[in-house]
Amino acid sequence: MSTDHVTYGSAESGSSDPFAGSYDTTEGTIYNVSGGDWDTISAAPEGEKERIVVNMGPQHPSTHGVLRLILELDGETVTEARCGIGYLHTGIEKNMEYRSWVQGVTFVTRMDYLTPLFNETAYCLAVEKLLGITDQIPERASTIRVMMMELNRVSSHLVALATGGMELGALSAMIFGFRDRELILDIFEMVTGLRMNNAYIRPGGVAQDLPEGAEQKIRDTVKLLRKRLKDTSNLLVDNSIWMGRTVGIGYLDLTGCMALGITGPVLRSTGLPHDLRKSQPYCGYENYDFEVVTETTCDVYGRFLIRVREMEQSLRIVEQALDRLKPGPVMVADKKIAWPSKLAVGSDGQGNSVEHIKEIMSESMEALIHHFKLVTEGFHVEPGQAYVAIESPRGELACHVVSSGGTRPYRVHFRDPSFTNLQAVAAMGEGGQVADIIAAVASIDPVMGGVDR
Amino acid sequence: MTESNASLPVIPPGVTNLELLDARDGAFGVKGSGDTSGFGGLVDPRVMPGASQAPFGGWFDEVAEEIELSLADQGLPFASATEKVVVDRGEITFFVRREHLLAFVRVLRDEPGLRFEMCSGVSGVHYPSDAGRELHAVYHFLSITHNRRIRVEVTAPDADPHIPSIVAVYPTCDWHERETWDFFGIVFDGHPALTRIAMPDDWPGHPQRKDYPLGGIPVEYKGATIPPPDQRRSYN
Repeated sequence: MSTDHVTYGSAESGSSDPFAGSYDTTEGTIYNVSGGDWDTISAAPEGEKERIVVNMGPQHPSTHGVLRLILELDGETVTEARCGIGYLHTGIEKNMEYRSWVQGVTFVTRMDYLTPLFNETAYCLAVEKLLGITDQIPERASTIRVMMMELNRVSSHLVALATGGMELGALSAMIFGFRDRELILDIFEMVTGLRMNNAYIRPGGVAQDLPEGAEQKIRDTVKLLRKRLKDTSNLLVDNSIWMGRTVGIGYLDLTGCMALGITGPVLRSTGLPHDLRKSQPYCGYENYDFEVVTETTCDVYGRFLIRVREMEQSLRIVEQALDRLKPGPVMVADKKIAWPSKLAVGSDGQGNSVEHIKEIMSESMEALIHHFKLVTEGFHVEPGQAYVAIESPRGELACHVVSSGGTRPYRVHFRDPSFTNLQAVAAMGEGGQVADIIAAVASIDPVMGGVDR
Repeated sequence: MTESNASLPVIPPGVTNLELLDARDGAFGVKGSGDTSGFGGLVDPRVMPGASQAPFGGWFDEVAEEIELSLADQGLPFASATEKVVVDRGEITFFVRREHLLAFVRVLRDEPGLRFEMCSGVSGVHYPSDAGRELHAVYHFLSITHNRRIRVEVTAPDADPHIPSIVAVYPTCDWHERETWDFFGIVFDGHPALTRIAMPDDWPGHPQRKDYPLGGIPVEYKGATIPPPDQRRSYN
């Protein structure tokens, strides 16, 4: 029986380096090397197999965040691929058990940091389901939610193209993607006060109405984006270098997707038009005219095309939402649930509006008590559990909320699509080359904030 | 004075032990202080939605009947495979006994009338007050064919935290079960490699259990300290 020689590519093999050098194990001799030290290792003795295990990440510009890939290589071929995750675990779900229901929004928005408004919507829809007020959400609030989510979908897909392009060496795509995403973040800043981590969608509605001029700005931006998205897609669609890196790469068919629970663009690249916005509409998606984009190539290129064309569909929905916007309240009428304070932008930034402060501090003691009770204690939610799934840019984003009847969630669990979809790395990449793993991970587009939570 | 309330029998009539979650006592979680307001004597039982009886309404009955027939084909009576069925807030939950979980989910996936192709994963919930059933594993299944979604809940006692793994039927549960093991300490028997996924490999304890001690740096100000969040005075 021959013993294996295992080489771990990590640290330097200088004699003074405590992490370098070699040591014997029951598996055979293990050498730790990095960068230019490969020559220091003599070839494996004859008759003994050599295994090379390369540790890629978690700090690596092409692994899409703090994702650690553990690859076993045979030359350039990846024979085994495993993911190491958890580097961005922040205990958000546990934290939420010690905050009020409304404060939870501030936490969930930080999970998948490229789709904050989707996290917030999933959570708020689940809380509203528990409260039994799903039907009482004002139409204007739902329309604003849809509009903001679709803008968010475009910005998220733009980052997917930008970072995906960068990881494959297409740096112009990165410049274009991030430039165009900034246009959407400007809208977010105007409407919510923040570019990211917006905490804008709240149980019962949204934090505040659209500011003056926002509708016009969104219309103008949509027009500009239409033009600019063409630039990005012209750069990559039919680009022979891009196609050489993506066509036929990262193959995963429908059977594989179903078994692994894969959703989103990866699932739609197998030709299945599964989109929760169509099959189980929420926030009034049944009233919008849009297409579910599919491809049948099952590969990285197909997923890329889906993202490009989904952005066009999202812009269509944004325009329809703008047309549907009618004046009205943006928060549920139930005063025992609706956040009492009104926000305004003052000379020192965003905060409670002067009129509201005036009312509670000098006009109505009852208003002050009401404000105080709702802000410090919050509302009670009848015991029970609810599960709400929405279609995020990455697939099925679902929120499982359990209430024990208190003013705080008993348990919140997010089924994040990045987490589930990342399981496909082995199926997509094994047997391919190292460079294809990068393309496969980029096509899954995981966001580690959502994976680790 | 409020300490003793938690142990009082507060089970309202018609509620079985299974659904009693907790009792809210006092005004807002004050313990051991000289509360003279009288609110400290309040005892308010917290009861989870109870079992529902057929007919459940809508397609719920079709699914329940289909499951019952398919299980009967395997010689497994519905009543022995499940504890109860709960319909609440437009969602149906099957409480499945853990020894029959694998047979149950196999039926969910394979029966043409059910066809729950997609499992959305496992979420753990820890109910320390639910004696003998402290650990709950909650699964959600989606049928794209029939456009239906159901929930399956499985319980295990803290003393014997074992639930069979369903990775063999739904491979997507691989990471989800690892996550639930990591955070709740539920051992999924038959999982190919049940290791921690988010916490470091040598981490002691399972952080999302309700009895996991919370950290929190005691902030001292003029001799007083602020305790960890779970021991602070707070609304309940």
